Amino acid sequence: MSILVNKNTKLLVQGITGRDGGFHTQKMIDYGTNVVGGVSPGKGGQEVHGVPVFNTVADAVKKTGANTSIIFVPAPFAADAALEASEAGVGLVIIISEGVPTLDMVRITPYLKKNGTKLIGANCPGLMSPGEALVGILPVSIFKKGNIGLMSRSGTLTYEMVYQLTSNGLGQSTCVGIGGDPVAGLYYEELLQMFEEDPDTHAIVLMGEIGGDAEERAAEYIRKHVTKPVVSFIAGQTAPPGKRMGHAGAIISSGTGTAAEKITAFENAGVQVAKQPSEIPGMLKKLLNL
Amino acid sequence: MKIHEYQAKEILARYAIPVTKEVLCYTVAEVKAAAEKLGYPCVVKAQVLIGGRGKAGGVKLARTLADATSAAEAILGMDIKGFTVEKVLVAQGVSFVNEIYAGLTIDRNTKSVVFMASREGGVEIEEVAKDNPEAILKFAIDPDLGMAPFVARKIAFALFDDIKLVNQAVGMFQKLYQVFLDTDASLVEINPLVITSEGQLLALDGKMTFDDNALFRQSEILALNEPSEDEIKELYAKDKGLSYIRLDGNIGCMVNGAGLAMATMDMIKLYGGEPANFLDIGGSSNPQKVIDAMNLIISDKNVKVVMINIFGGITRCDDVARGLISALEQIKVNIPIVIRLSGTNSKEGLEILKDANLPIVETMSEAAQMAISLSLTI
Repeated sequence: MSILVNKNTKLLVQGITGRDGGFHTQKMIDYGTNVVGGVSPGKGGQEVHGVPVFNTVADAVKKTGANTSIIFVPAPFAADAALEASEAGVGLVIIISEGVPTLDMVRITPYLKKNGTKLIGANCPGLMSPGEALVGILPVSIFKKGNIGLMSRSGTLTYEMVYQLTSNGLGQSTCVGIGGDPVAGLYYEELLQMFEEDPDTHAIVLMGEIGGDAEERAAEYIRKHVTKPVVSFIAGQTAPPGKRMGHAGAIISSGTGTAAEKITAFENAGVQVAKQPSEIPGMLKKLLNL
Repeated sequence: MKIHEYQAKEILARYAIPVTKEVLCYTVAEVKAAAEKLGYPCVVKAQVLIGGRGKAGGVKLARTLADATSAAEAILGMDIKGFTVEKVLVAQGVSFVNEIYAGLTIDRNTKSVVFMASREGGVEIEEVAKDNPEAILKFAIDPDLGMAPFVARKIAFALFDDIKLVNQAVGMFQKLYQVFLDTDASLVEINPLVITSEGQLLALDGKMTFDDNALFRQSEILALNEPSEDEIKELYAKDKGLSYIRLDGNIGCMVNGAGLAMATMDMIKLYGGEPANFLDIGGSSNPQKVIDAMNLIISDKNVKVVMINIFGGITRCDDVARGLISALEQIKVNIPIVIRLSGTNSKEGLEILKDANLPIVETMSEAAQMAISLSLTI
């Protein structure tokens, strides 16, 4: 078991004919993900890495029965691509594209919700259930099947964490990059619930960063609803206020969103917070009596 | 992206939101002329792209021409938190009975635009937010409903007891929401929004910031951009697909991904070093980015050592390695470089770097420690 993606995932790639879309389609196929089709308006009928390309998501879903879609289209068109997937009945949509306008995300959120479509991203590396499916751009060689559930606002920090876990013999159930934008799809609370309910997840790693109050909310949720051990790391402990640290969401404004506040919130909820990612495997082993 | 008060009020005025009568001035002579034209009292306000100007002495009331002159002389050229005041706004004095706060921003939790309002507006709004958060009302705006008249009425009735003011506010709040949507704003704020002695709502101040991700479709807003010196460097970086922020330390950092870049800074600090910058070379890689990033890092003369921390995902380590090799061929780098490469195509990347004779380490903590010790020996 795992959450969100697994052997039953039937994946579409929107923007399959672009450089990144094409490259990562091949990587996902190599890993064993069931990539059933691609979408690229005007290129229907072609093939990319043996995958049929369709003009519209509706066509692709009709012909392939796809249940998940990953979006690589340029940022100005990403929100429209997500709406198209949702309208066609795709249940899980992942936006990899970086630089999607915030109000575009605000506009599509109610429609996706109404349609029951789950969204991950934008501006994220996607997700992966080791041994089952890769739906994203994560480097597969560092992953290992196991029982740690991981969620992170940052892509490369996810990789760093996974690398530390795997090197210490701790495999992962599912790793989810939720993205670094202020308005994103599935967030800590929804994912904490899924990991809590997943029998193959024994402990949870939450990689947070400065900005907003999502970590504080997650702490509150953990205190009330999560029985499994949770450990955390907060990136940006040394970031100066008022400077946006790359991610649109990572900014300390008027004294809120600081790492110190988030660390306090977690510690009050019984969540151990690591000073650096390499401390986390040791913390997990202790908590899991390994 | 930020704009000045006078620019924000020009935008508000375009949407028929009442703002104070005012004149933008660059010289003392212009201020004198504006004050004479607008009459007294008037207010001379520094126009800088940073908050806290009032407390820094950048806002002065003038009751006479002599007042206006001395205010202009004091404020023009003044330094406010590193920003030099090059222009001031001379605004007509207004007598008012009450100050309201009204602002729109993005709420991450409800994933919608949120209207914030308070009966306790004015300069102390941040203290109100801290000490008495219930005094700030928040209304999440459903994107499907928008600022429907009933939504605007709900907010207005929470702020005003007089139906005449409610009616004025309904129209104003609808326009404010429209401004927010039309300009892809991330903040639209009127503080204070005053009730004048004549019973009219009037924006005494205005503040707007915009979503950088949406500037591609906001050419009129983009044209207002006035980057500071630090921002010019940051913009140069952005233009090259890099995200750069200068800091005060001596260890230059080149990292892929914002989160890892922050964690790298944290790690350097944890081991007792000081990062010279935040630098995210971004996702989709091409070797030119590495060259541009290296140029940017070494343009900061404080940098004594460069630490490269790459975890390949969408970024391919071999691209980074090739970029680094050609960067070292093209630019003279006289300082040591420490490299950590992992992830997508790291084997290929390490192969490319093998002959370059550069210190390559396996983990980021090793890289940080080595960078710090190198920075101390130079």
